[in-house]
Amino acid sequence: MNARLIILLITLTAVVGSTLGVVYARHESRRAAVQLGLLEDQRDEIIAEWSRLQLEQAWLADAGNIESKARDQLGMELPEKSLILVVEKP
Amino acid sequence: MSKVETHVAPVSRLYGFLAMFLLCSVALVARAVNLQIVDTDFLQDQGEARYLREVVVPTRRGNILDRNGEPLAVSTPVDSVWVNPKMLLQSPEDIAPLAQVLGVDADEIERRLTQRSAREFVWLRRRLHPDVAAQVKSLKLHGVFLQKEYRRFYPAGEVTSHVIGFTNIDDVGQEGLELAYNAWLQGKPGLKRIIRDRLGRTVENVEMVREAEPGHDLSLTIDRRLQYLAYRELKRTVLKHGARSGSVVLLDVKTGEVLAMVNQPSYNPNHASMDSEGLRNRAITDVFEPGSVMKPFVVASALETGRWTPTTPIDSSPGYINVSGHTIKDTHNYGPIDVTRLITKSSNVAATKIALDLEPEHMWDTYDRFGFGDVTGTGFPGESAGVLRNYRRWRRVEQATLSYGYGISVTALQLAEAFAALADEGRLRRPSLIMGATNPPASILDPEIARQVAAMLETVTGPEGTGKNARVANYRVSGKTGTSRKASASGYASRYIASFAGFAPSSDPRVVGIVIINDPSGGQYYGGVVAGPLFSQVMTGAMRLLNIPPDNFEGMVAQSTEPDLGGGD
Repeated sequence: MNARLIILLITLTAVVGSTLGVVYARHESRRAAVQLGLLEDQRDEIIAEWSRLQLEQAWLADAGNIESKARDQLGMELPEKSLILVVEKP
Repeated sequence: MSKVETHVAPVSRLYGFLAMFLLCSVALVARAVNLQIVDTDFLQDQGEARYLREVVVPTRRGNILDRNGEPLAVSTPVDSVWVNPKMLLQSPEDIAPLAQVLGVDADEIERRLTQRSAREFVWLRRRLHPDVAAQVKSLKLHGVFLQKEYRRFYPAGEVTSHVIGFTNIDDVGQEGLELAYNAWLQGKPGLKRIIRDRLGRTVENVEMVREAEPGHDLSLTIDRRLQYLAYRELKRTVLKHGARSGSVVLLDVKTGEVLAMVNQPSYNPNHASMDSEGLRNRAITDVFEPGSVMKPFVVASALETGRWTPTTPIDSSPGYINVSGHTIKDTHNYGPIDVTRLITKSSNVAATKIALDLEPEHMWDTYDRFGFGDVTGTGFPGESAGVLRNYRRWRRVEQATLSYGYGISVTALQLAEAFAALADEGRLRRPSLIMGATNPPASILDPEIARQVAAMLETVTGPEGTGKNARVANYRVSGKTGTSRKASASGYASRYIASFAGFAPSSDPRVVGIVIINDPSGGQYYGGVVAGPLFSQVMTGAMRLLNIPPDNFEGMVAQSTEPDLGGGD
């Protein structure tokens, strides 16, 4: 009888324990899902920012842009032939 | 004693358990009655409010990059607005502010939604400006939702539009490489099962049915800087000479990679309105009769026979020749010349005399080896193979005209491929637009003959040549001018195609350039005058941007003595 009581108690504890475990796991999974969602949003935001920056950089690095700035704002031009020095590898 | 006890105990326990189960059943029935009758309204609402739904997880289309990793096509997320008509029509007063934010007519929206009132999902407007999306969000309307979608941007716009093409509103490639490599770029959208509440918020992610696979990036062999340069100069030339259209192709001689490919007219792929004239990538899809730029190939064919050498004399006087009742003319009477001078002066008569000495089969075979009449194998949608008729059907006069580029149709890319083979000692490489493609060279011509032809081509930019305008400062340039009359319904019209095909530096060719200007109407139509200067400008830029050492420098040359070149002069 004593042995049965012990088994009963163990089973009961196990049942209660696993119930709590389920509750905890469920809670944890929801929390993790929310966290995942937030991180995914963050990732998407970063990717979006990255693609916008790439586009902006492409626009800024546009050869025409740079050329007009160099010519008009900085007064740069291609050097004349007499100003070019060719250095040959020894 | 114990035996009696164990016999009695089960009976009483049996009743005990029976009573317990009965009680449980009663409790269940009572709860069921309670749920079904008393709490039914509350539960009905709850049930409707929660959906188990499968939603698509949008995925990003791969970027298209140039050879240096510069973006040429980039997808960036934007919001599209959709509504659930059932929900929005419950409060029609919400439509007016929404319509105002979107800048559309409120009645129009209402009509559309009423027509589709049985549905749960109707796009209202797609790919909103981020500011507009934020305004829609701040309205917090019942039944109005934002969905993330990707919009494709082309930072180089019309400069790269023919090569890259564009996608439609559903992100599917429609033209160019966007179409050819659609599967590679597209990726697979994911699918997830979620529970949503009444307001469309996600309550719980149940499971990921399918992980989203983002599209792959695509690296092109195009150099954006050269592409831009070629486009700008082509546009200027086409405008200056009032030409109908034009193309420029730059090819890397050592790899067969296409460095630049531009056409006029063009279109901006970032805007929806495009007319069909500008859509074609003419350098690949359009064929034309090349004219005199074909002469190097008939000369190569002649040298292969061994009967001809670069110095074999040919008498081109009196400046015309009759073949089967047709007269073939030169612009001047060049008198007695040799094979090299044929190329320098571009003599049709001399080319004809060579062609008529050749076996048709051999001449056809030479042209065929250079890739004429065959697709180049870039996989570009709508690529044309050109026309090279079989030698068995050649008439005598046809064989003559083929020597100076009539009776054969080619694309600009085919010409580039063939000239690259001449430049690289007879090694033919299939041109490629995608980085990492393996182009094993095929040996199609004796290296010695290729060198001889290349040397003849250098005389074209020499003091007596037809291509002086194609010279590049500090570099030796080889090439061939071409001016062909356009065929029309009533024979050859007085409309022309001006062309220049060449490569530089001649001492160790690195870049092949093909320039085609179609139907210049400004009075000038010679290839050397119209196409030559454009070739020169583009090549000058290419030599500088690709850091190719000059091979014809007349100014100051110094030996570097120190490894460190910093610190000025």
